[in-house]
Amino acid sequence: MPMSNPGNRVTQGQFSFLPDLTDEQITAQIKYALKNDWAVNIEYTDDPHPRNTYWEMYGMPMFDLKDPAGILMEINECRKTFPDMYIRVTAFDNTHGWEAPRMSYIVNRPSTEPGFNLVRTDRVGRNQGYSIVSYASNKPEGERP
Amino acid sequence: MSDTETTEDEQEFEKLPDDAAVDLQAEFEKSQVQEVLDKLDKELVGLVPVKTRIKEIAALLLVDRLRRRFSLTSETPTLHMNFTGNPGTGKTTVALRMAEILHRLGYVREGHLVSVTRDDLVGQYIGHTAPKTKAVIKKAMGGVLFIDEAYYLYKPENERDYGGESIEILLQVMENHRDDLVVILAGYKDKMDRFFESNPGMRSRIAHHLDFPDYSADELEQIADLMLKEQSYQLSDCARQALSEYIPIRMELSHFANARSIRNALDRARLRQANRLFASRDKALKKEDLITLREEDFRASRVFLDGKLDGDPADGIMNEMSFEEK
Repeated sequence: MPMSNPGNRVTQGQFSFLPDLTDEQITAQIKYALKNDWAVNIEYTDDPHPRNTYWEMYGMPMFDLKDPAGILMEINECRKTFPDMYIRVTAFDNTHGWEAPRMSYIVNRPSTEPGFNLVRTDRVGRNQGYSIVSYASNKPEGERP
Repeated sequence: MSDTETTEDEQEFEKLPDDAAVDLQAEFEKSQVQEVLDKLDKELVGLVPVKTRIKEIAALLLVDRLRRRFSLTSETPTLHMNFTGNPGTGKTTVALRMAEILHRLGYVREGHLVSVTRDDLVGQYIGHTAPKTKAVIKKAMGGVLFIDEAYYLYKPENERDYGGESIEILLQVMENHRDDLVVILAGYKDKMDRFFESNPGMRSRIAHHLDFPDYSADELEQIADLMLKEQSYQLSDCARQALSEYIPIRMELSHFANARSIRNALDRARLRQANRLFASRDKALKKEDLITLREEDFRASRVFLDGKLDGDPADGIMNEMSFEEK
């Protein structure tokens, strides 16, 4: 049991050290993003490896929205479709000079988070190489939860 | 995110004890609904039954808000509406004002109007309709979704039409997301009636049916005055006479679209005025020449000359139609 992360929770993006956001808190965050004219989209994955930056997009990207209710509706649809996957909400800023996601936070986690396997490799001169593999990706894609 | 604003939700009011007294007048003034109603009165000539209905709805919502403070009601009332009436009777304008009223009373969060027709909702192939309808709904959330000519959504003659799918989604949203969005359907009365007959679910989810009457000739003249004032034009006395003769004749002709036909008539008069000024361009023009529409600008209309719509017989009617319909 790791001391630093008792629940063995994946900590990626904003707010990930906090308890899971409630729908109300998610709505408030989306409102902030919409106020800044950022395009909000929903992404999901079953492989939470930190280097896995390209998650699958759920549905279409959502432009020109005024109210967070529509996005929350999509989040709930996505949760229903992929209850055992990681789902995150990303807000993309398209203004010149940024052109990058400005917000990204997890809104759904699998019921159990298996975490990562630390793989040690011996290299030349008894050097140790370290890498991590998410347990979730041990199985082939179609057989994961 | 330290600068995330914690916006106080307008809909959260403190609950009141049973013996508290509330001031309806104060509440009314605070909501600034009167401002919108005044604007409606000023902008729209006639339409008395519609205006009365809107005032009634506003009153109902205001009282409902007070009732909520006494914890007498907790459910959001059904606010979906149906506007019926001939083209050019002000349905879209009223929908815009309605969105504003609902926003001021706190029944929609943003108060914007998303105006769509069948094309925006219904897709071209299987699996296209649902995402398309949902995208529109998401855009309209927090505001008002205005579906113009809603009866085109349902095409009974084609059983493979995707319109039904769109209606299904709309019905679901109208029921489950009542606090997020208000749907206003609009269209001709008889066609809307038929639409509701075949979609009883739709009818029962709509609380308010507003019928927009046609304008009388007098009202149309007032509308013309408003339009001219907005564009800084004025009529000479003879031109006014010509216009008041023009309106009843035009009303009898086909494709008459109330205020929209008047706007088109004025546009054509402006065109003729510009031509007239251009033809005599050797003379110096005064400001008055630029703003005055004269009798001949109206009398040249084919409506007067041979009782037909303006434009060439070959393409003119088509032009007129596309003007009037859209």
